[in-house]
Amino acid sequence: MAKKAPLSPEARSIINARVSRRAVLAGIGGVSAAGALAACGSSGDSGAGGDLVRWGNWPLYLDFDEDAKTYPTLDKFTESTGIDVKYFEDYNDNDEFFGKVQAQLKLNEDIGYDLVCPTDWMAARWIRLGYAQKFDAANIPNKTNILDTLASPSYDPSRESTLTWQGIMGGFGWNTEKNPKGVRTLDDLFAPANKGKIVVLSELRDTIGIILLAQGADPATVTEDQYMNAVDFMAGKISDGWIRGVKGNEYAEDLTSGDATAVIGWSGDMFILASENEGKFDFAIPESGGTISGDNMMIPSTASAEAKASAEKLINWYYDPAIAAEVAAYVNYVTPVKGAQAEMEKIDPDLAKSEYIFPTEATMKNLSVFRSLTPAEETAWTEAFQKAAGN
Amino acid sequence: MGKIRTPYLLLLPGFLFLFTFFILPIVNLAQTSTQTPIAGGDTGQYEQTLRFANYLDAFLENREQFGRSFLYALIATVLALMISYPLAYAIAFKSGKYKNFLLVLVVAPFFTSFLLRTVAWKQILGEEGFVVPTLRTIGIISESTTLTSTAFAVVMGMTYNFLPFMTLPLYASIDRIDPRTLEASGDLYANAFTTFRKVTLPLSMPGVVAGTLLTFIPAAGDYVNAAILGSPNTKMIGNVIESRYFKIVDYPTAAALSFTLMAAILILVTLYIRKAGTEELV
Repeated sequence: MAKKAPLSPEARSIINARVSRRAVLAGIGGVSAAGALAACGSSGDSGAGGDLVRWGNWPLYLDFDEDAKTYPTLDKFTESTGIDVKYFEDYNDNDEFFGKVQAQLKLNEDIGYDLVCPTDWMAARWIRLGYAQKFDAANIPNKTNILDTLASPSYDPSRESTLTWQGIMGGFGWNTEKNPKGVRTLDDLFAPANKGKIVVLSELRDTIGIILLAQGADPATVTEDQYMNAVDFMAGKISDGWIRGVKGNEYAEDLTSGDATAVIGWSGDMFILASENEGKFDFAIPESGGTISGDNMMIPSTASAEAKASAEKLINWYYDPAIAAEVAAYVNYVTPVKGAQAEMEKIDPDLAKSEYIFPTEATMKNLSVFRSLTPAEETAWTEAFQKAAGN
Repeated sequence: MGKIRTPYLLLLPGFLFLFTFFILPIVNLAQTSTQTPIAGGDTGQYEQTLRFANYLDAFLENREQFGRSFLYALIATVLALMISYPLAYAIAFKSGKYKNFLLVLVVAPFFTSFLLRTVAWKQILGEEGFVVPTLRTIGIISESTTLTSTAFAVVMGMTYNFLPFMTLPLYASIDRIDPRTLEASGDLYANAFTTFRKVTLPLSMPGVVAGTLLTFIPAAGDYVNAAILGSPNTKMIGNVIESRYFKIVDYPTAAALSFTLMAAILILVTLYIRKAGTEELV
């Protein structure tokens, strides 16, 4: 009981990596406020009819008009289809959200959402447990627009029940004053100048994925030995005092405060840091390869047939390149939709050139997707990683 | 009849509250702590097998973090006592008309979130705050030494965050001391130090005991300071429980660790109160 006393709800949301990295823009206050407000959202709705889709998504993950307090692309969808969308920014954490709806999913009772947005590994768990519905392909003709790199993840090889909402690249971020030559290899990261000032991600698929690639192993086919070897490498760098922290989005604060000079980080955060601090920070995919993961639109098994059809139309809407470009202009992650770059030229030619949002063909070839883990692996591997991180 | 029932009826809301928010979760936690994974089940699926060895495994695997939690909490409590005693004494005896104002100042940080205050310390102790460059200029710390991500920062954060829990009970105790007892001590030719040792300190002991408990107990279970101000080498047991519960989705180990922590604190507190001889306080 004592352990719970000091922790306020906003503490959860900040300590948690997944929430806040999408919310760096808003700063700490914004995160907690958004989280707290959104959390009040979805009660009281009994099952949705055909003209309503209830969509639970991560905070700050859809184009938002600050002045009008509306979501422009969502409003346009309602105008053109007549389908209402209730949008909840209350998907704050994969485990937390799963914990919240798990019991109802098991009993096949309405969970209050017709569309959710789990990260790859969590989407894999929903599919494994039979909690995801298969799409009616006829309703989503735009499905073919998905980027090739993301088109066939091991948990859903032909994208029958998931489609990527945004892609997230993992790579090296650095302070350009302390690393004038840049950080492109693991040796650059562990250069003497960065000793004690390196922060790596608490998302094992990115941190260990990048170490694996540097060691010549492939995250897409990684074996237990290779994985544990990479974890040992990280543990060694922690006990030798090279790595000062294993964190979620807080690495961005460490970079700005000068406590960290080089990190394993995410493209979206680094895009914001680089654009807010003219030239002080930079990001690159390691020469040996970076990681890419995604958050996925998925229809829960509890959604009614009508709501499912509407949700599919909504998914199709966001796979229209023009709409995807509008979202990308607001959200700084990798757009999973082919053709969005051409559309972005019309909105903002500078953004259309951004490697963060539209990685080039060559970069994409250098990105790996971490393979899905079996439940037993998931537990054992996470445990090994957490232990190396001092937990 | 009515007269007999009234007190029980009045107690009912309290009992219901305790039952719902304390007894039920505790029972649930106890049940969880002896479960094991279902063979072939998915992540986070456990079944009851009454495996009490969970406790031993959990404790042995995390001895280091347990030890660290109690060590940090102890240091923070002693530091908080050393800072708070003179402060509470000054507010109680020397502050005159500023007494209420000073008390408000002690409580004021409570109006901001615990978390934001801790994050603020991270900025203050950071490379680009004013503390580190100043200390470097004076030559107290070397160029390569940093203050954040160290045990120092964690203990300092805990000391700061729990300071009001120490100051307020101390103030309440010291304020109640009759100044005439101090005068009497002086009249009996005791010097200031003897007066403090023989009169003030014994009379303020209830405040010392209450303050140290209110600081030590939450500090031992704290994980926010270690998460924000510490490094992987300064993790406390709270961080382990958090990671077991939310990241590894190992509910049984998390529950076993929680119980072990509770029991350890309970034992330490009981011994402490016995030693301090103030059973009537609790």
